[in-house]
Amino acid sequence: MLQRSELSNVTGSNMISLVPDDAPVTRRRSQIAPAVAKARVDSRNRSEKWFRFLGVAALSSAAAFLVILLTDIIVRAVPAFTQNSLAIEVPLKAELIDPAKPAAGDYEAAVRDALRGMFPTAQSRPEKKALESVLSVGAANTIRSAVMAEPGLIGKTLEFPVLLSADSDLYLKGGMTRVETSLGASPVTVSATTGPVTVTAGSGEFQNDLRLVKLGIDTLISDGQRNLRRLELSVKSSKADLTLAEQALAAAKQGATPETVKPAEDLVATLRGDVENLTKTVETANAQIKVLQDRASKAGSEEILDSGMPSLLLLVNGGVIKATRISPDKIEGEVYLPLTSTEPSSAWTKVLLETPEGGRKVNDRQAGYLEMLKAEGIVQSNFNFPFFAQGDSREPEIAGILGALTGTALTMLITLLLCLPIGVGAAVYLEEFAAKNKVTDIVEVSINNLAAVPSIVFGLLGLAVFLNLFGLPRSSAVVGGLVLALLVLPTIIIASRAALKAVPPSIREAALGVGASKHQAIFHHVLPLAMPGILTGTIIGMAHALGETAPLLMIGMVAFIADVPASFSDPATVLPVQIFLWSDLPELGFKAKTAAAILVLLVFLVMMNGLAIWLRRKFERRW
Amino acid sequence: MDLRSVEELQGLTATPPKLNAKITASGVNVYYGDKHALKDVNVEIADRGVTAFIGPSGCGKSTFLRCINRMNDTIQSCRVTGDLRINGEDVYDPNLDVVQLRAKVGMVFQKANPFPKSIYENVAYGPRIHGLSSSKADLDEIVATSLEKAGLWSEVKDRLTDSGTGLSGGQQQRLCIARAIAVDPDIILMDEPCSALDPIATARVEELIDELRENYCIVIVTHSFAQAARVSQRTAFFHLGSLVEVGPTEQIFSTPRDPRTRDYITGRTG
Repeated sequence: MLQRSELSNVTGSNMISLVPDDAPVTRRRSQIAPAVAKARVDSRNRSEKWFRFLGVAALSSAAAFLVILLTDIIVRAVPAFTQNSLAIEVPLKAELIDPAKPAAGDYEAAVRDALRGMFPTAQSRPEKKALESVLSVGAANTIRSAVMAEPGLIGKTLEFPVLLSADSDLYLKGGMTRVETSLGASPVTVSATTGPVTVTAGSGEFQNDLRLVKLGIDTLISDGQRNLRRLELSVKSSKADLTLAEQALAAAKQGATPETVKPAEDLVATLRGDVENLTKTVETANAQIKVLQDRASKAGSEEILDSGMPSLLLLVNGGVIKATRISPDKIEGEVYLPLTSTEPSSAWTKVLLETPEGGRKVNDRQAGYLEMLKAEGIVQSNFNFPFFAQGDSREPEIAGILGALTGTALTMLITLLLCLPIGVGAAVYLEEFAAKNKVTDIVEVSINNLAAVPSIVFGLLGLAVFLNLFGLPRSSAVVGGLVLALLVLPTIIIASRAALKAVPPSIREAALGVGASKHQAIFHHVLPLAMPGILTGTIIGMAHALGETAPLLMIGMVAFIADVPASFSDPATVLPVQIFLWSDLPELGFKAKTAAAILVLLVFLVMMNGLAIWLRRKFERRW
Repeated sequence: MDLRSVEELQGLTATPPKLNAKITASGVNVYYGDKHALKDVNVEIADRGVTAFIGPSGCGKSTFLRCINRMNDTIQSCRVTGDLRINGEDVYDPNLDVVQLRAKVGMVFQKANPFPKSIYENVAYGPRIHGLSSSKADLDEIVATSLEKAGLWSEVKDRLTDSGTGLSGGQQQRLCIARAIAVDPDIILMDEPCSALDPIATARVEELIDELRENYCIVIVTHSFAQAARVSQRTAFFHLGSLVEVGPTEQIFSTPRDPRTRDYITGRTG
């Protein structure tokens, strides 16, 4: 009350009172207790803080996901940007390549001979086969094109980069298994150059390898134990089922319904069989684990290297020995590439491959050759330029994205050329010229709904109209462009109309006020001002089209097309479809290619957005 | 009302201008959909000189102004009936070319609305679309004269290529006046041209209006009766969609005939 009287004093002396003096003073604000007022302020501040926190949290989690996604893609894609090849001297013999008909030459044989020449001791069939399988199917392609361009090369011996197969490439990049290469510390003596051999070295030479092998056994044991526990659980549940079934059987026998006895008996029999089988499996697993545990516990003793164990290869005297039995200072093994001599050697290499041979595509023999080639120093790792300069292929090491990129460019060009004029024209007409009536209302609603139609429906439309009715070429960029144009048009029309609507009416009035016609006012003033918004909408629409896959599947752009399209009517595919195709292939080499193609697609998207921003800036500066 | 303008008004009273009607309206009604915005307006507007429309907000003065150059056409629901003539020609004749009409009847809006282009382009746009210039030099001449007439030339002659939107509010409004003059109109309509300007810029624009009245028929809508008194020779008072009273400005302000005018001028209403 004291407060209020003070207040009225102030009002009386300093302010012109709008309320007559005798009017009752009812001021709601002063009736709110300070504590209540403070609580209100606190609650307001709290909700504001909470909202801010939510905003920051949403943004940072989005950023984190983006970083994770990009890192993942980049890490996966990086191997695809380099490629290993062999720098070999290839003699271009005239008996293999006829100078009169260089196109028909057997370049593959020339490459094969050159590689064999490097391993003269490889004479047996498996040795030769493993040696050849190291190379790509397209290994001779560069030589072929070089000779075709310059037939005078025939008869000469030249160094060419010879492409390795995708699996060899992956092995050398370390994507196949972890490889530990170490130089031998003490000289070794090998008992023979071929067949089963014994390798003896200084004491403790193989101690460390033996230890690593035993670690591998430990992993096998823990895997086996996990498996055993699972088996035991299923034995337990099977036993419980059996007990229940037996009880049911007993009840059926006592009951008055003899026809239920037979199925109950059958069930009990089946379950008994299951339990027996499972118990046997558990016993076997137990025995295996026991054996492994015995092997693991005998530290320092000899160890057998079977197919479930890591592989140890020795590169000695120009040959490869695969270890089958290892002890601290001695190895028994099999020769995979015959040695040149049995001289004691001090320059030799141990190669330990962590993944067992059965778990990888490159077998020990091939790995041995690759390690020999690497030791020779003729393996080159180059930037994978062909990835950007070749079309698709069934072989991962030859597959490139130029076909898909060209297809994308052609398709996008068609889409843009159709969409921009039609979309902007439609928007201007609907927004500025069309009479506002039922028909335009229906058109407007239809356009808005079209923007939400699933893209595959446009694909079906394209199939029905462009391919079947108009008979345009299947799988071609022109049909792809038409279908994507249908898909993007509603987006562009809606964005353009919004941009036109956003131009202040004062500009229109100003133009009309100086005597410009409606047409002039729109095309001289309104449209240019709306252009940044229209361009943004167009680029968003085009980016949408760039990533679209589903409708293109319907019009056959999903076919395997190895050639780079040269015109709008050639069979083509686009980047997202290429990614879709590659991601489905079982070859390991395509995994990196898929990630690399995704990266290229993302780069294109970023470039398009950059272009949008640049165009927007440019237009804004002019106007 | 300041003393100077009263003196001016008294000076004008001594020699009343002969009314030579440029615009004649008889029985003009305007409807926005169902709303009857302007009721039976009958008025004659003199050639050469400034006519002010005053009245409270929503009284229809801007609506009537926008009837004169048919800017109301842009409003879908707007309907105009009655007879409105400029130089005896029916403005609402269906055969009349609106573009030609608007070229003859320039307009300056409440909020300065220069095109987001250079100062030169702002002024040159009108002459260019109407084909008023035969050469670049000719166009330069038109731009320079128009800016000079609008009293802006000395301020912008060195930066004609700068954006029109970069000028100050008062300069922008004068640029808009220059743009209207450049098309060589007979009539200039001004819809509260000073309502968004500070007093100094207002004074500058008012001076300009005073200079222009020699050569143009100017119709100005204003909230402020002080402004009407300062710049106009004739005043029309609108109230609730009706034209209440029209006459020489000094008469409207000193001896209004209608009680509604008197109330507005003495500050009782509006």
